[in-house]
Amino acid sequence: MISGSQLRRALAITEKDIRIYYLKGPVLIYGILFPMFLFLAFFLGRGMSMDFMISGLLSMTVFFTATAVSPVILPWEGSLRTLERLISAPISIPAILLGDALASFIFGIIVSLVPLALGLTVGIHVSSPVVLAVAILLSTFCCSYLGMLFSIPPTNVPSNIMMITNLVKFPLVFISGIFIPIDQMPLWSRTISLISPLTYMTDLIRYSIQGSSYYSVRLDFVAIAAFTVIFMALAMFFHIRNMPKRL
Amino acid sequence: MNAIVVEDLTKRFGNFTAVDHINFTVEHGELFGFLGPNGAGKTTTVRMITGLIKPDTGRASIMGYDVEKDAINAKQVAGVLPETSNAYVDLSAWQNLMLMGKLYGLEKVVRQDRAEDLLKRFDLYEKKDVAVVGFSKGMKQRLQICMALISEPQVLIMDEPTSGLDVQSSRLIRTIVADLNAKGVTFLLTTHNMEEANQLCSRIAIINRGKVVAIDRPEVLKRRIESLHSVEVSFNKDVPQSDLSALQGIESVEKMGDKFRLYAQEPARAISTLVNYTRSKKVEIVSLATISPTLEDVFVAYTEAG
Repeated sequence: MISGSQLRRALAITEKDIRIYYLKGPVLIYGILFPMFLFLAFFLGRGMSMDFMISGLLSMTVFFTATAVSPVILPWEGSLRTLERLISAPISIPAILLGDALASFIFGIIVSLVPLALGLTVGIHVSSPVVLAVAILLSTFCCSYLGMLFSIPPTNVPSNIMMITNLVKFPLVFISGIFIPIDQMPLWSRTISLISPLTYMTDLIRYSIQGSSYYSVRLDFVAIAAFTVIFMALAMFFHIRNMPKRL
Repeated sequence: MNAIVVEDLTKRFGNFTAVDHINFTVEHGELFGFLGPNGAGKTTTVRMITGLIKPDTGRASIMGYDVEKDAINAKQVAGVLPETSNAYVDLSAWQNLMLMGKLYGLEKVVRQDRAEDLLKRFDLYEKKDVAVVGFSKGMKQRLQICMALISEPQVLIMDEPTSGLDVQSSRLIRTIVADLNAKGVTFLLTTHNMEEANQLCSRIAIINRGKVVAIDRPEVLKRRIESLHSVEVSFNKDVPQSDLSALQGIESVEKMGDKFRLYAQEPARAISTLVNYTRSKKVEIVSLATISPTLEDVFVAYTEAG
């Protein structure tokens, strides 16, 4: 779908995004501190195992960092009037989205190393390092495109997009088994958790660290892959349709 | 083969028809001006030609590439300076040019050589590593033109390239546009500046309320409205405008500072009448000139008639 030449142009977008949006002190600090504070607020004093806590923190970090900046790039560029020049260049909209998603992916991967390092420091044992690595890579990529979905409404006001983003992100955190294990959730909440990609990401990361999971590893991988494909397809379809409305 | 072909382009926004079945072609090496008042449909037309928005009907092509079906190739051969766009202000001039070079698929050595050459030509080389946020409006616009030129396009589409710029920046841009055109680059240029269009364009189209109302060489268009010949006159003391309006052969009178512009079908007869009037009123003529229609007159005649 994206040729080699378009892929190189997508990488130019990635480089631009990293320079402009990600290599900023506040963004980096927010990416690390926000999941950490949320983690401390909900885990401390509840007597949970370190394995459970670190896997939850890791999953939440991937989710929050990979969806932190990607939703506001297009509205931001629309309001600063850099978008028209960008889409006047010979680069397709799917390649622009891929470039934005890759920047988000790289940011998510780097920041997720912080809770992982913290976990290893406090003595957690990763029972399946390969599963953990693939889970983090796949989950971060999935969340990067989820971030692109949040910016589908053709507004050039970044705060409007941030409001939509937070309206979706916070409920997802609470229904996806991060704070309460899925098997301890009531039936209604367990049913809703099925539609959250974060459920399968958290479950997979728990498997790789704790050695057990609620769903099978295969189901978790298939679900995350399916969500990724759906998010990519929806992001491309709606952004191609809505891009002229941003001009 | 024409460089740009526009066939039956139409764009509606709700009930409002912004561009209404327009047709024109731009030949290879031509510097084609696209003029129109605010809201006439110029930018919408440019956005359709550059493939940014889809027309409701019709098609456009650049160097034979259909801008919808073959958008990437059409964009690859064209350089675009959108009217309202900006460079990335957090990046330096050099980084902006490298980004554009990569988006056009240029090799590293090529984009570096071209960027250096362009920044020197546009007098920005000394500031190449400074973040664009600190640039003046003229410097930003010059950088944007560099960004449009980095791919050495065969066709350049520029929307109001000198709008709001100081005299030096405008003159530099006009000189470079003329130089590039002399080297064979085709231009589609929208502008509000009639003098700029008059100096640069070999052919112009005037768009009004979404329709092309005139399209030809500037001098041919001026000849078409010869009835608008005028005489510009000033006197050594005040003269009532109503006196001049009442003179035989004068169709209308416009006061311009200490001068009057008298519109007449036959300027020579109007001058004779005017001289007789000054003798009878014991008024001296300080200056007198016959004025041929300007491109601005052409523009006003076509846009007000619509």
